[in-house]
Amino acid sequence: MKLSGSQIFFKALKLEQVETIFGYPGGAVMDLYDELSRHDIDHILVRHEQGAAHAADGYARATGRVGVCLVTSGPGATNAVTGIATAYLDSVPMVVFTGQVSTRTIGNDSFQEVDITGITRSCTKHNFLVRDIAKLACTIREAFQISRSGRPGPVLVDLPKDVIQSFLEEEDLDVPVLNPGETAPPEEREEAGRKALEMIGQACRPLILCGGGILRGKAAEEFRIFVKTLNIPVASTLMGIGAFPGSDPLWLGMAGMHGTYYANHAISRCDLLLAIGARLDDRVTSKVEAFAPRARVIHVDIDPVSLDKVIKADLAIESDSKAFLKLLNRLLAEKGLQLRPDTASWRREIEQWRREVPLSYCLNENIKPQYVVQKLGELAGGEAIVTTDVGQHQMWTAQFFRFERPDTFLTSGGLGTMGYGLPAAIGAQIACPGKLVINIAGDGSIQMNIQELATAVNYRLPVKIVILNNGYLGMVRQWQELYYGRRYSQSGIHPSPDFVKLAEAYGALGLRADKPGQVEATLLEGLKHPGPAVMDFLVEPLEGVYPIVKPGEPLTNMYLGKQE
Amino acid sequence: MRGCETALSIMVYNKPDVLARIAGTFSARGYNIESISANTTMNPELTRISITTRHDKEVIRKLEKQLARLVDVISVEDLSNGGAVRREMLLARVFPPPGEEERLKDLVLEKGWKIIACGDDSFTVEVTGNQEEITQAFLHLGPFDLRDYVRTGVISLGGKGIIPGKLQNGGPAGA
Repeated sequence: MKLSGSQIFFKALKLEQVETIFGYPGGAVMDLYDELSRHDIDHILVRHEQGAAHAADGYARATGRVGVCLVTSGPGATNAVTGIATAYLDSVPMVVFTGQVSTRTIGNDSFQEVDITGITRSCTKHNFLVRDIAKLACTIREAFQISRSGRPGPVLVDLPKDVIQSFLEEEDLDVPVLNPGETAPPEEREEAGRKALEMIGQACRPLILCGGGILRGKAAEEFRIFVKTLNIPVASTLMGIGAFPGSDPLWLGMAGMHGTYYANHAISRCDLLLAIGARLDDRVTSKVEAFAPRARVIHVDIDPVSLDKVIKADLAIESDSKAFLKLLNRLLAEKGLQLRPDTASWRREIEQWRREVPLSYCLNENIKPQYVVQKLGELAGGEAIVTTDVGQHQMWTAQFFRFERPDTFLTSGGLGTMGYGLPAAIGAQIACPGKLVINIAGDGSIQMNIQELATAVNYRLPVKIVILNNGYLGMVRQWQELYYGRRYSQSGIHPSPDFVKLAEAYGALGLRADKPGQVEATLLEGLKHPGPAVMDFLVEPLEGVYPIVKPGEPLTNMYLGKQE
Repeated sequence: MRGCETALSIMVYNKPDVLARIAGTFSARGYNIESISANTTMNPELTRISITTRHDKEVIRKLEKQLARLVDVISVEDLSNGGAVRREMLLARVFPPPGEEERLKDLVLEKGWKIIACGDDSFTVEVTGNQEEITQAFLHLGPFDLRDYVRTGVISLGGKGIIPGKLQNGGPAGA
């Protein structure tokens, strides 16, 4: 029997156990969309291809499974690029299928033709242009394999129309079984594990910096056991939030540019830093020479490129976080109590910093954005999945929403993509239909992919959108206030549309609060609404995110804001 | 430019976009490629790419890891530190002044070069050697009115137990 390229495509997706595709049709993928209805795969029709990529990303981050999206050639593909780059910077497993013009017309500047493999070469883990139907199935298999193996990342597969339209005898269908890649050999890792425990055992002021690698590696449980066994305080990168319960006394919150006072001081004062699954980017280290200056550094990462890239580690270990933490836990169980650091006085020192400068804000007659986030955290509980966009609201969420569980805080950390939150929330809600999914957004960010409200309404997804509306591109405004002589160039974005009416126009519930006393009732009403709800909070316009470390300054040079 | 010259030998799958990926790994980080050559190997599915670049060792180590991370890259080897033979080829077109032709031919014979093409008043000389020898060749050929040239860039072949410049049955090979 002969199979068409379209049939092979869906057969291959089935083999990868794909249940949901986020996509948008167009000329080059008409055949795939025609075939779609004959298969048991859900397709979520977004309203912009960037939304498809972010939704697949949110789906992947919430579940750990590979997110899949399908878009047409040319503008369909280029629209997806920001979403692909977002997933690349945050190591999210994702496979993006793009339509392409027929192989015989590639290179002719044909209608809706772009060299998408060329465009995405530097923002995908790998990409493929399938020129031969005989290679289609095995390429799709390889794409999924690459996407989820090692350090995960997006893989793009470009599908020319004639390849999809051609036929192959079923017996010629070749789908190889691929072996999952292995990082460091177990013996080598065991040696490194012993050495790491020895170094930790010798330390007086050990500190852990956890990154997104713990979440991608599904290692949060192993991590929690390890931390609790040794009683070592934990600071986190933005991407590591959720890897350890926010209510635990060992949790110091986020470190870095907007890190807590006590996390940043702990980094500067610790004599041993164990960084796991963190690539130590500039938002975390700030001035590299002043980062953890007193510490011996143990750096564990699945990607050897991340090791010794920014900080020269005393012990660099190439390993997946789960395997490594399992090993440490096993070694600790073997060794009993002999090599454990006594962290009691160190923890007291940190608690002193926490008492001196806790995360705080001042109340006044306006709604404070931090208050909305904090209240939302209390009402939503530890089970909710929260997505954000990028800017002040993102940092306030990282600081004031208490995350207890892994994969519940979905945010664009590496690329810093405004417009990520709503489509990512849609993807997460599709993946986790029973969970409360909230997008915390700014009035700037929400307008970057507001069209996806139609998707949420279309599929009756009860996502909650909390807009911290201050009339500014708040983080830009704050930088202008602090570092650009209060010259507020192009950072005011009033008037915004009436978000309540806009929500209603899309068919969602719209609510607004402009007094602190209305916050709780508004949140409760929005959260209990069975469908998508937009809650517009008119917040203190000039509020800043504090602490803030000026780029390039040591982490201890924190500006704590105007003391009101 | 800072740093020492490094010869990297990169074994890759022979695919249409692999060279772009390698080059992109350099260019995306602002690193320069001084010379590059690529060709098939004993295994037709594989291509060996020889790259010379000039950076400090720390950058080279990062580059090696970034290159090794590419899906189509099989291995990356730094051939700078012994154990590898390295050669470059130069094709130089000279226009010797009248009466100087014989002196050119003598020079070519003495150096072990080859004249591979003759025009009405020009000669194309093929020179193969290490970089030092190629640099020397320019000095020698200059007086014969060197008007155009092309050089391949360095190709390298590494391997265990290889001693550059030694013939198997003893005696230097003149390199």
